[in-house]
Amino acid sequence: MERMLIKIVEDIDLQEAYQFLLSPKAGGIDLFVGTVRDHAQGKEVVKLVFEAYAPMALKEMEKLAAAAQQQWPIEKLVMLHAVGEKLVGEPVVLIGVASAHRDAAFTACRFLIDELKKTVPIWKKEFYQDNSVWVNAHP
Amino acid sequence: MEILLFGITREIVGRNSLEVPSKETIQTVGQLKAWLGAQYPALNKLSSLAVAVDSEYAHDHQTLSPGQEVALIPPVSGG
Repeated sequence: MERMLIKIVEDIDLQEAYQFLLSPKAGGIDLFVGTVRDHAQGKEVVKLVFEAYAPMALKEMEKLAAAAQQQWPIEKLVMLHAVGEKLVGEPVVLIGVASAHRDAAFTACRFLIDELKKTVPIWKKEFYQDNSVWVNAHP
Repeated sequence: MEILLFGITREIVGRNSLEVPSKETIQTVGQLKAWLGAQYPALNKLSSLAVAVDSEYAHDHQTLSPGQEVALIPPVSGG
């Protein structure tokens, strides 16, 4: 049985993720969905555009999934990240963990999203009314 | 040697990839970064700049060989 679903996608499908996470051995499913917020640095955000170095991003996500599976008893695990243009409210990243008990599910989910933000080669450009910036690019 | 470019590095250079002229004697990741910084000073202003070799983060002392896939990795901002 396939236990991990790791993909770079055009659109995040919450139903697909939830269906994948279902397992008779799981007593808890933790889902984190990152969405486009309408403001950043005090400015109104119109949209975000995401770009990925897909082969490497998938490799890095698989490493994080393997690290999580070593640390916590995980039944199923999902990591999805969207690329392309995303509007306010749309989902851009989804982390899902199914485990026998909720503690492991919560902790592993938190670990996976925190680490994804540090190492996975995906870039976000924020578009405001008057300009746009690549997030984190400059000190 | 061809270097893949993403995000702000793609915008700084103005292309999706960059060819390092074969007359340049670049043997390591560190030498590549120094050469790129000299060609495109805006790269030196980034918070960080990593290089990936065959889709793995590479150290500055790592040797580059023909046939490897090399990419510039500006500060990531996924999620």
